[in-house]
Amino acid sequence: MARAALALEDGTVYFGESFGATGTTSGEVCFNTSMTGYQEILTDPSYRGQILCMTAPQIGNYGVNDADVESGGLQMAGYVVREASRLASNFTSQGTLGEYLTKAGVIGITGIDTRALVRRLRIRGAMTGVLSSDMLDTAELVAAAKAAPALVGRDLVREVMPDRPRAWTEVLDDLARPLSQPFEGGDLPPPSPITAPKNVVALDYGMKWNIARHLASVGCNVTVLPGRATAAEVLAYKPDGVFLSNGPGDPEMLGYCVETVKGLVGKLPMFGICLGHQLLALACGAKTFKLKFGHRGANQPVMDLATGKVEITSQNHGFAVDEASLPAELEVTHRNLNDGTIEGLRHRLANAASVQYHPEAAAGPHDSAYLFARFRQMMV
Amino acid sequence: MPRRDDLKTILLIGSGPIVIGQACEFDYSGTQACKALREDGYRVVLVNSNPATIMTDPGTADRTYIEPLTWQTLEKVIEVERPDAVLPTLGGQTALNLAMELEKHGVLKKHGVEMIGAKAEAIRRGEDREIFKATMLKIGLETCRGQIVKSLIEAREVLAEIGLPAVIRPSFTLGGSGSGIAYNRDEFDHKVQRGLDLSPVGQVLVEESILGWKEYEMEVMRDVDDNAVVICSIENFDPCGVHTGDSITVAPAMTLTDKQYQRMRDASFAVIRAIGVETGGSNIQFAVDPLTGRMIVIEMNPRVSRSSALASKATGFPIAKIAAKLAVGWRLHELANDITRKTKACFEPSIDYVVVKVPRFAFEKFPEADNRLTTQMKSVGETMAIGRTFKEAFQKALRGLEVGSFGFGNDSKDLWGTAAEPSLDDIRARIATPDPDRVWYLRYAIKAGLSVDEIHEITAIDRWFLDQLQQLVEIESLLRTIGTLAAVDDGTLRMAKQAGFADRQLAVMLDSTELEVRAERKRRGIIATYKSVDTCAAEFEAQTPYFYSTWEHEDETPPKEPGRKRVMILGGGPNRIGQGIEFDYCCCHASFALREMGIESVMVNSNPETVSTDYDTSDMLFFEPLTCEDVLNIADRIEPDGVIVQLGGQTPLNLARALHAAGLPIIGTSVDTIEMAEDREQFRELLDRLGLKQPASGIARTLEQARREVARIGFPSLVRPSFVLGGRAMEICYDHVQFERYVAEAFIVAQGQPVLIDRFLEDAIEVDVDCICDGKDVIVAGVLEHIEEAGVHSGDSACCIPPHSLSPEVITGIKAAATGLAKSLGVIGLMNVQFAVKKETGVDGTSGQAIYVIEVNPRASRTVPFVAKATGMPVAKVAVKVMAGLSLAEQGITADPLPAHVSVKESVFPFVKFAGVDIALGPEMRSTGEVMGVSDRFSIAFAKSQIAAGILLPEQGRIFLSVASTQAKEAMVGLARRLVTLGFELIATSGTARTLTEAGIAVEVVKKLQEGHPNLIDHLIDGRVQLIFNTPRGKGARTDEGRIRAASVLYGVPCITTLPAAEACVLAMEGMRTEPLSVQAIQDRFPEPVAHSG
Repeated sequence: MARAALALEDGTVYFGESFGATGTTSGEVCFNTSMTGYQEILTDPSYRGQILCMTAPQIGNYGVNDADVESGGLQMAGYVVREASRLASNFTSQGTLGEYLTKAGVIGITGIDTRALVRRLRIRGAMTGVLSSDMLDTAELVAAAKAAPALVGRDLVREVMPDRPRAWTEVLDDLARPLSQPFEGGDLPPPSPITAPKNVVALDYGMKWNIARHLASVGCNVTVLPGRATAAEVLAYKPDGVFLSNGPGDPEMLGYCVETVKGLVGKLPMFGICLGHQLLALACGAKTFKLKFGHRGANQPVMDLATGKVEITSQNHGFAVDEASLPAELEVTHRNLNDGTIEGLRHRLANAASVQYHPEAAAGPHDSAYLFARFRQMMV
Repeated sequence: MPRRDDLKTILLIGSGPIVIGQACEFDYSGTQACKALREDGYRVVLVNSNPATIMTDPGTADRTYIEPLTWQTLEKVIEVERPDAVLPTLGGQTALNLAMELEKHGVLKKHGVEMIGAKAEAIRRGEDREIFKATMLKIGLETCRGQIVKSLIEAREVLAEIGLPAVIRPSFTLGGSGSGIAYNRDEFDHKVQRGLDLSPVGQVLVEESILGWKEYEMEVMRDVDDNAVVICSIENFDPCGVHTGDSITVAPAMTLTDKQYQRMRDASFAVIRAIGVETGGSNIQFAVDPLTGRMIVIEMNPRVSRSSALASKATGFPIAKIAAKLAVGWRLHELANDITRKTKACFEPSIDYVVVKVPRFAFEKFPEADNRLTTQMKSVGETMAIGRTFKEAFQKALRGLEVGSFGFGNDSKDLWGTAAEPSLDDIRARIATPDPDRVWYLRYAIKAGLSVDEIHEITAIDRWFLDQLQQLVEIESLLRTIGTLAAVDDGTLRMAKQAGFADRQLAVMLDSTELEVRAERKRRGIIATYKSVDTCAAEFEAQTPYFYSTWEHEDETPPKEPGRKRVMILGGGPNRIGQGIEFDYCCCHASFALREMGIESVMVNSNPETVSTDYDTSDMLFFEPLTCEDVLNIADRIEPDGVIVQLGGQTPLNLARALHAAGLPIIGTSVDTIEMAEDREQFRELLDRLGLKQPASGIARTLEQARREVARIGFPSLVRPSFVLGGRAMEICYDHVQFERYVAEAFIVAQGQPVLIDRFLEDAIEVDVDCICDGKDVIVAGVLEHIEEAGVHSGDSACCIPPHSLSPEVITGIKAAATGLAKSLGVIGLMNVQFAVKKETGVDGTSGQAIYVIEVNPRASRTVPFVAKATGMPVAKVAVKVMAGLSLAEQGITADPLPAHVSVKESVFPFVKFAGVDIALGPEMRSTGEVMGVSDRFSIAFAKSQIAAGILLPEQGRIFLSVASTQAKEAMVGLARRLVTLGFELIATSGTARTLTEAGIAVEVVKKLQEGHPNLIDHLIDGRVQLIFNTPRGKGARTDEGRIRAASVLYGVPCITTLPAAEACVLAMEGMRTEPLSVQAIQDRFPEPVAHSG
């Protein structure tokens, strides 16, 4: 098996085996603790510019399929696993993970001590790294890692947002439809054709498709606009509400997006997820900061401060909203139980709310799906 | 909303004796619950009949009742202790059923006791199959098609709808007892009838077969605010059709997509909510059709279960502790995650390793039993292993099983390439039907060239698992091709270690020795590294040192604290018959003792059910197989100042010589002494020197030698292999025919070790002594008189402290002999001696009691916890302190403990799981657990022990008598008279009846089985017989009497198989007439403060 190496900017080098595409790539090295859903994670555009290490050691077991995709392609710079499965075992499978990465041009490495890597990232914080299947000299690798561009200060949204508007109609897969919704909104009657659907513009900064599927499933006509759309362009669609999607990278580099949000807050019911949450906060005058190593996984506990209920959430963010910078009109509605960071905001005056985590799950628990119903109610 | 303040006293119900389906895991959960509740300031009242538990240590609960687990006993405890609440969800099915009984009899209502954790209604919904199905239907979940039936006729109607094969599950039975799959109509009728009989409510579920579907378990927790989390998902390697307790299982689930997993998670929450388990843990089992993904709910346990214990050990999340806290009102997010200390218990563990559990079976003890694995659990223990990959964890688990294999083949048990190599037809047949050996045949199948797809077709085992096995065989082939140690490059060697291959396997493949492989790989820097089990995949720092080995680059074990000693305790591995919870109890006490002495304790064990593998029992925990290599690897890393091998049973003892040779500092009794006690010649010399008697004995390495020895020793003689525990392959031979049969078996089991032959002392009283020696002084902690005569394995017989029939002179003689032996051997720590006391007539014509030494074991015995409970002395702890250098005098222990009351230990057997097996007791141990009865009088203590063991001594009705020898018949006449006085009617077959009639005792004559109907079995079926006294003439399920005894199990009629036990039973029934059973807390029996065990 061909060798591959991963080097970090602090000089650490891990040697393993090449898997997926070959070549050299660089990016911010981060880790995800989700034990299922590698395909959804791979296709999450928010990983643009990152080399992701899965903490779950056996990846690829159930193969890949056309239904479990969250975007039109793989945006990740590199993929790190302890052991990639050569065989795909599931009735849904259409191929192996290795072939999938090869086809998508994502460079992977397998067989390294991923736990050691994760511990290093936890202790030292996120680092830039180089992953290569053809550069195997330690000194060369480290030099390349040190020279690779950092994630902070780059606009990665531009690289993943769609070119043109599109209408979204696909609803949730039956398998992904939450079976029980214990939380607020859980008692909502299922959207019936009689209830007039609401028109929602979803600003796509690298949106996971399951968000749009959720919106469609709660009775929204979704129009997806590229994230660079201006407030006027959005308003021209005369929507009942606007949705701000997730997306990659440093939110403070996205002045043009913030401007759009500023122009829409108070004018339309608004709901944001992840990057969308950060953009809402920035538009209201708050600041964001970079977390030491981010929240990436499917087991992050978040409390809904209004009800005291805890949701287990899917997360993928390296930046967070700085609580000290919050303007008076923003109220914290959700909080992370692990580190106390802000997980949800509500605008006291405008009809706007946002969460830092991923209620659309994919991959992850369905606990927070109620938020889509809540957004639907905001538009009543 | 923190803890509830309206509750002050909480009653916790334990799970009783270890039985198949209910083992140490409930000691683990109960102990955690006691700690958790007391930490919150509640007064905890505990009832459990099992003395071999940590939870019944005097310091664990506030009030501890070692009393029979019946609702009547519990009512008495409730009357005395006035609890505000009862927590029934941590003591297995036993506790749940008892709580339901209390509820049914109005006891809870009468005394104002609230059921916390799960309410009666929720338990009913979870346990009653019909209500459960209806509830599932209501929330849109599928269950198996089928129906509850109350008769065979109804069952046949259901069968017409669902077709064969069909699954039969009786309601409300332990561990799915009586469950099975019927492939034909005959089998169907038989299994339904048996299920109806076994079910306490006379109900059986008949269901469509989901044979071959993928099987999963979800461990779920919920708090009073309806916050719910999944702690762990478990995927069964063996597909549906094998009880999950008998399956190889893997955590986390390996082959579900996120959508499939989340759907199962949603369904789990829907189930726990619909059933209404308010707080705590539940276990929900699912089946998934591999072709369509159709998912059905198999069942749920509205309580902490065996799988919860596994999930706790697999993730580091303390399910039982948290369940107890949730039951008193805490919410998940108000509780800390003990492992990280920074985060909360409200989260879902993420694990960055793979966990494999493998069950351990004991069919060698029940040769007549059907060893096919079905939906009824038959395994007696389990081992768990953690690795970074499935391959690694799988091989570690197979090694941890301690059945002579060191992984997936390539060891002395490997038949491949030998004359016994199975044929392809053989292999196909063996993998088609699950049995304990199927896993080895999967390898043979791959070796024989069957593809993953072909094996999947035959076994329905998921292709992913089969591919993993295939990869192991590929690595094996690669290594065998390389052929020598010198030729293997570093990368390949490391890769093999990472795939879980043991040095011993590598030695086989690379034509080398285990030690050479070890030396060479160490030279190349290929050494084990240890990673933490931290609940969070390294996202947060772990505070709890719970480790497993792998072969990567970073090691997480902490360095040695300067000036602080480290002592390593080797545990007992998976439970098996003869080695179980008693030894785990001793290992836990070692940790407690070391902690009290300020020494860092390091536990090594591979049994997920136990208290010893709880993350806060010791200062460090290594969840590792107990093999020489695995232990040495840990020692290389942590550099212990001492290693304790005498507490974990035979497992660590078997490693002692090799560990000593490798330079490990074994503390306590030396390895030489351990071996000397096993060495017949040296031991005989010692006894001669001390003037002690021993039955004539011999040792044989060959069949020829054995024949010579037995000619010298004479019959009856006892034949057994050396170095095995639990009387494996031990038999009493009365003649040459029997001898020839058993000696051959003994040589097989001995595996190259010699076979021992002893003169068997008939009608002798057997006595066990447990003592502690510090090299200078000896304390005899307990003299245990056995109820059954010598010849019944000491682990199977009932016994009593203090001796109830021995004279003071004999007891003094026994103590003196034990003391002399301990001092002469140089024992440091525990020693167990077995004596036989036999009435003998001397040359001068006077008769007296002769004391024979049967066996000496310089290690902890199975009876140590019972002795501790009976005497109030923490025997194991004292012994460990002695080993660590604190003399008995320094500990202030100067006299033997003298209990003021009588304690009886009774054994509990798994016969109900092995239909048709003869239950007559013999020299091969077959019991799985024990109970204890305590009273001021022997008769009442014995009565309690019987009730606790589930032997319901009748108050009226009919008793069947059948005795073998003339001598016994005479004794039986006396007993019969007393039974008549007690108002019982007697029934016997012609021979015994004649003896009784001649003695003027009225008796009903019943036909022998071969004499036609109605015979005794007909009477059993009709409920006309309440108790059977049947002492064996010959053993075996095919004999008439064997069939009677087997039938007694089937129809739930107690059957006593020895004369002394029959005598004790009569005494007990007489005692119960004069004195109502009362309860007493052990804290009142031993009012002086006893050291806290935690």
